[in-house]
Amino acid sequence: VGKAIVLRFFIFITADFFWFSQKTTELLVLELRLINLVFSRFYMTQVLVNGLMLGSTYMLMALGITLIFAIMNVMNFAHGQMYVFGGFVTYYVFGQWHLPFVVALLASALVVAVIGFLFERFLFRPVMRRSNREETTMLLAVGTALLLDSVALVLFGEKQRGVPDVIAGVWQVAGAFIPYRRLLVFGVSIALAVGFLAFVQFTRPGRALRAIAQDRETAAAHGVDVALYSAFGFALGAMLAGLAGGLLVSTEAVNAGAGGFTSIKAFTMIMIGGAGVVSGAIAGAFMLAFAEAIGYYFLPGSMPYLIILVGLIVFLVFRPQGIMGKRWG
Amino acid sequence: MKTFPWLLILALVLVFLLVPLVFASSSYAMTVLINAAILGLMSLGVWLTFSIGRINISQGAFGLIGGYITAILATRFGLPLWICLLASAVGSALIGAVVGLPILRLRGVYFSMLTLSLTEAARLVALNATAITGGASGILNIPTLFTGDNAYLELYFFVLLLLVLGIAAVWRINNTRLGKIFRALQQDENLASSFGVDIAAYRVLAFSLCCGFGGLGGALLTIFVQSIYPTSFTVSDSTNFMLNCFLGGLGSVFGPALGALVLFLGFQLLSPFGAYQSLIYASLMILAMLILPNGLLSLRLPKRRASQGVP
Repeated sequence: VGKAIVLRFFIFITADFFWFSQKTTELLVLELRLINLVFSRFYMTQVLVNGLMLGSTYMLMALGITLIFAIMNVMNFAHGQMYVFGGFVTYYVFGQWHLPFVVALLASALVVAVIGFLFERFLFRPVMRRSNREETTMLLAVGTALLLDSVALVLFGEKQRGVPDVIAGVWQVAGAFIPYRRLLVFGVSIALAVGFLAFVQFTRPGRALRAIAQDRETAAAHGVDVALYSAFGFALGAMLAGLAGGLLVSTEAVNAGAGGFTSIKAFTMIMIGGAGVVSGAIAGAFMLAFAEAIGYYFLPGSMPYLIILVGLIVFLVFRPQGIMGKRWG
Repeated sequence: MKTFPWLLILALVLVFLLVPLVFASSSYAMTVLINAAILGLMSLGVWLTFSIGRINISQGAFGLIGGYITAILATRFGLPLWICLLASAVGSALIGAVVGLPILRLRGVYFSMLTLSLTEAARLVALNATAITGGASGILNIPTLFTGDNAYLELYFFVLLLLVLGIAAVWRINNTRLGKIFRALQQDENLASSFGVDIAAYRVLAFSLCCGFGGLGGALLTIFVQSIYPTSFTVSDSTNFMLNCFLGGLGSVFGPALGALVLFLGFQLLSPFGAYQSLIYASLMILAMLILPNGLLSLRLPKRRASQGVP
């Protein structure tokens, strides 16, 4: 109880600073939620479940961007835009044409994988062959993000889009309400992530990808078709972003302008975890998801991300390579 | 030390002086020119961080900071705009130094990603710190520098003067010992450190100068449109500053201003295409990256520049 009083005092001070205008209602809600947090486990379960569900899908996104980074040494600035494309493909196939959800997901995966393949083949490969400077490829990556953003705006319009429930109903467990569609997304995400990790770990193409990630030249010298697998890896990473988009459109909505902010989310995940490291991607994804779930529960509007981004900067001051990343320089 | 390229400067000044005389009657054309000049000034700062080998996508954040400093000082405290402008530049530079000290320890894409997040963080601060910034409704009715019949023309010349001074300052920095140190940081920070260069201090200096330009530009733009919102500078603005430098050419001090002019003008010229405007713009930009990897300024004397490389 002593802790709670200190916390309440602290929140009073910050609230005074930030929500001068709408102080009364905001504060009341905040107070109530804080009391709930301290005196009952009830809401906390819900918040933690939300974080877990969200984290599973974020994991796909983080794995995708970290794969592309590991193989190409390219930070895929268009990752969030690819996510948006995946979301819209599922919106059209499942929401508008009423085909099964599985078909919609496959379509999302395929479309975004093709985008990734084309990017690697016709944009990144020629530019990287000409110059090895990090700047050039990064600027190109930013350019592709701009391109996809504007294509999305032209193709999909400005409206926020959602789809009808894939499965109706809510599962009530341990004081938390979990809609079945969220549970489905959670299950599929985990299955996809496990499948992806198994693929990379145990198959021949997966081994080729790991070899390229470790050392491009040596892999080439040992007969790995680097050009082929670079394109394949880029497409695979993009596909994971597309799948995440297709999955999350069934629980959240998607709009054509969400790409940039989603990219920032993806960056945040791998900056927390460390770029190019699989375990780091998973850790980062779940940490961001939990921070988001807790933040959105206790704080209004856009405050959670402000705190997350400021926290990220402070964190990186102490550990610039992320949790699992290798120290450089 | 290279001699100052007087001829080029003279030609540029002539063009910049003659252009408004032709378009002075069209307030739209003047608006575009003023915007391009301000964006050029802000891009100039980003060019400085390019010269220490960092890709900085946070200039939008410092544009916001500078804009809000001017807006608050002018509307709440009624200070003269000249002082506001100065305060914006100095304030942004100081904040840049404080923020830069820790984040400049990051390298490569990590630095770029974090600066990108910084832009978003600045927008969120502006949105949430309602007591100071007015939140989503922004700050309106900011006084303007020039009033009267030729207000646009006067503002244009004022901004142009600042741009020329800025270019001259960066040119001077680039061609003295400081510029050499910056380029040494770009080549290899550890090596530079082993030669006794205080790398932390110099990279903070470069970043802080960049933020100063950003703050000044943001303040100018705020005065020009007489309002500021959390969305006045967004992530896409931050990336545009960087693309201006790149398209103009990283090899020359004139690159950022040229890039800003070409890109901003290009975007405006594409406006008849309506919904396809930004699509065509983005495609052209990617095309430019593919065929002009060293920027527009590399068009002349391509052989010499190719052997010399970027900065």
